[in-house]
Amino acid sequence: MALLTPDEAQTLLKKVLSYSKADECQASISGNEGGNLRYARNSVSTSGVSRSTELAVSSVFGKKQGVTTINEYDDASLEKAVRRSEELATLAPENPEYMPFLPAQTYGAVPQAFIPATAAITAAQRADYVAKSLQIAKDSGLTAAGYLEHGAGLSAMMNSHGLFAYHTQTGVDFSITMRTADGTGSGYSSKGYNDISQLDVQAASTTAAWKAAHSGSARALEPGKYTVILEPAAGVVLLENLYGSLDARSADEGRSFLSLPGGKTRLGEKLVDEQVTIYSDPWAPALPGTNYSDEGMPREKVTWIEKGVIKNLVYSRYWAQKKGVKPVPNPDGYIMMGGTASLEEMIKGTEKGILVTRMWYIREIDPQTLLYTGLTRDGTFYIENGEIKFPIKNFRFNESPIIMLNNLEALGKPERTVSGEGGGTAMIPPMKIRDFTFASLSDAV
Amino acid sequence: MGAGGLLLGRIPLSGTPVLPGRPLETVDTALKKRMADTALNAARSKGATYADVRIGRYRNQFIITREDKVLNTVDTESYGMGIRVIVNGCWGFSATDKLDTDGIAEAAASAVAIAKENARLQSEPVQLAPQKGYGEVTWKTPIEKNGFEVPIREKTDLLLAVNAAAMKNGANFIDSALFLVNEQKYFASTDGSYIDQDIHRIWPTFTVTRIDSQSGKFERRDALSAPRGMGYEYMIPDEKNKIKGLTTLYRDRYDMLEDAQLAATQAHDKMTAKSVEAGKYDLVLDPTNLWLTIHESCGHPTELDRVLGYEANFAGTSFLTLDKWQSGKFNYGSPLVNIVADKTQPGSLGAVGWDDEGVGTKQWDIIKDGILVNYQTIRDQAHIIGLKESQGCCYSQSWRDVQFQRMANISLQPGKTPLAPHDLIKNVEKGIYIIGDSSYSIDQQRYNFQFSGQLFYEIRNGQITGMLKDVAYQANTREFWNSCAAICDAQDYRLGGSFFDGKGQPEQSNAVSHGASTTRFNGINVINTARKI
Repeated sequence: MALLTPDEAQTLLKKVLSYSKADECQASISGNEGGNLRYARNSVSTSGVSRSTELAVSSVFGKKQGVTTINEYDDASLEKAVRRSEELATLAPENPEYMPFLPAQTYGAVPQAFIPATAAITAAQRADYVAKSLQIAKDSGLTAAGYLEHGAGLSAMMNSHGLFAYHTQTGVDFSITMRTADGTGSGYSSKGYNDISQLDVQAASTTAAWKAAHSGSARALEPGKYTVILEPAAGVVLLENLYGSLDARSADEGRSFLSLPGGKTRLGEKLVDEQVTIYSDPWAPALPGTNYSDEGMPREKVTWIEKGVIKNLVYSRYWAQKKGVKPVPNPDGYIMMGGTASLEEMIKGTEKGILVTRMWYIREIDPQTLLYTGLTRDGTFYIENGEIKFPIKNFRFNESPIIMLNNLEALGKPERTVSGEGGGTAMIPPMKIRDFTFASLSDAV
Repeated sequence: MGAGGLLLGRIPLSGTPVLPGRPLETVDTALKKRMADTALNAARSKGATYADVRIGRYRNQFIITREDKVLNTVDTESYGMGIRVIVNGCWGFSATDKLDTDGIAEAAASAVAIAKENARLQSEPVQLAPQKGYGEVTWKTPIEKNGFEVPIREKTDLLLAVNAAAMKNGANFIDSALFLVNEQKYFASTDGSYIDQDIHRIWPTFTVTRIDSQSGKFERRDALSAPRGMGYEYMIPDEKNKIKGLTTLYRDRYDMLEDAQLAATQAHDKMTAKSVEAGKYDLVLDPTNLWLTIHESCGHPTELDRVLGYEANFAGTSFLTLDKWQSGKFNYGSPLVNIVADKTQPGSLGAVGWDDEGVGTKQWDIIKDGILVNYQTIRDQAHIIGLKESQGCCYSQSWRDVQFQRMANISLQPGKTPLAPHDLIKNVEKGIYIIGDSSYSIDQQRYNFQFSGQLFYEIRNGQITGMLKDVAYQANTREFWNSCAAICDAQDYRLGGSFFDGKGQPEQSNAVSHGASTTRFNGINVINTARKI
């Protein structure tokens, strides 16, 4: 039931709409089948499987809307869900911002997002992957804590104006932390793909083990401004806060870092270094994504920042109509362009600097400057004359991704990475940045 | 906020609809017992040496508004079962919403199969602390008024009135919301417990934004409410539960309308407030601010699963290692600092009769006269610190997710001698009085933290001299708690808390309260957070 074919999804959603007495009705279904295995202290801790679906029904009378969700699919339950959404709509006040549902749209399929082998992962396979990771920990005399999660998902939507959208996707995420027995060293690695065949658990575990083994007896550097190289897993947790803030409405309303006095915005303004180009594309081979938005809009390739200039912002259908522009749906993943240099080559080209491999607990301090605080974690190293010289103690930083991307020295080759905070995936290059602001030292390992 | 620190993490919007304005229909206890026995018998027949089952019926109602508009009203119910087993000394878990005999048997078999497969990765068998069966027992959050029985229109009208009051007082924008949660949980285990619980939580909140169109600058002020383990009675203003001062602070009843009016005025005042000069200050922290510092710097590092390394890959470990606890003299804070864990505190988010593995709840000391004396733990880790029984800290956010160690209510005990906030401020030469929570961040072992707030008032020679802005305080946990110089008495004691505290992989949300009275910390490092882009 969790993964319906397009025909099965159409049949179900048509039946839901057939019960509607509202002015407009929209029904969407999502489903997921997946499993996970968590381990710590070199042993399995928790593990489980889940299989779930959810049907959401939205009914509208005029500008009054009610939404209900259900996970039962007999005819009586489906009709009950429709009736209840209609009852909620009648109780709701009018929403002056309500936008009628879209008519039929054309969506390009994204077949590369769904990989059958990923959808078919078994409990035995999960255990085999984790056994490889645990073996590396044991062979290295380290303690491993990690997590493997995989799933296959479906989303489909239909409304009373003839719209029908359908998408399936698979994913597998793996993350691993290795720690030394004395607790003075720690290393991390994370990977995420649509295709299980791309996941190399041994390589990721070996990377984490190297960082752990080489990060003990860290020295303390004075807080201050340093040149840093951010590995993609570190950079993504700061950059995802920039991506999530590219919203036209908050900018127009004057409550965003993109706002300017007098109701103006920075759209079209060069805000960061010209090396920065960020776009989204559901058909990107390395980061395929969902082809339609929550509002049913087709997703297209969109360039958000081009050579440092803010080129596009997200416009909801309501806000686009109010402003007389084309709506721009929020994307499903971001790609930051980079160069060709590997991380190792970037380190070789650095006279003095700090290699940051993971960032943690990123929180907004000031939305006007997009200032965030957070810490380095699980392997931070001092670079001198093109070599990693010694591990250093972790820092707290207070930094804005806008200031950071203005201090950009060089970009390496982008790679697909998973945020250790938000869990989202993106293509991010390693970044070399001057004058990154470290505010204080942390004793944490 | 451990994992990813998601205070406002995922909002569970899924579930089966129920008619708005009506309470959640309860499932017949005899039926739940039959389903539970089916699951337990199926697990045992497949080889489980222990099994427990949680049948959950969860109802959530979220109303989201801005200015004069209701943006969303979401009303859901979710119903299903989670089965956890031990086979060959290893845990397995499976959840289902197919609650007929076949569906339950299938889920039990799936949990057993996972345990058998993973047993080869197990370094030592699961060891459960003994737990007696309680038989058939019940517990309910002692609410006075069920929020789900209040008509939707009454709740949307209140939020729109709150918004109008803020706008009338000069706000440019206000986003407001009301969250209601009802967890009906039935737990049964092979130990012989059949526990039926009915749990309620509520959280009203808003953010007011004020913009200076000439400069393009803006300021925000968030609500000073607390999420509570209460019914709709929390929303009924009561003068006896107000503390009037620089702003109004609230004990066990909230006046959302008044708070929004004050917020609009204070957001304006923040525009012209003095930018703080960085340096050392004595901080006077109101409970609306201190609850979050307690949560991060004491609540999380005293979770035993973190201490042992179970969260090393995500939420992190802890500086409060076993050797420090075993020494019996690890000085966490000044002798004034007494911090307790409490799963029974009335009106708190974490109050239940039994936890999610059938352990009766209680109160215990974590920090006693400044010394680390205990942790928070569950059945499969209690033996590691020599406990004969679990402390009842097991929780799962839904029937779909496996239960694991989650934070109990962790609270700073009030001072034993009479002391009011204004008396405390009178003795401060150079300080800052901080109200409300805002930006928060702490490292993965809970040493280095940085917190901000909603309202900052400069103290000079015992007097409040004006409002400050751009304030954040940064400290090391142990140094901070050792600088604790005075704690107001029980009359000032109030609860704050987190409605969506994240931890675990896959990440789950927990709700937990933290009580405190206004407290003074001497010589804390304050930074200025103003920047230009």
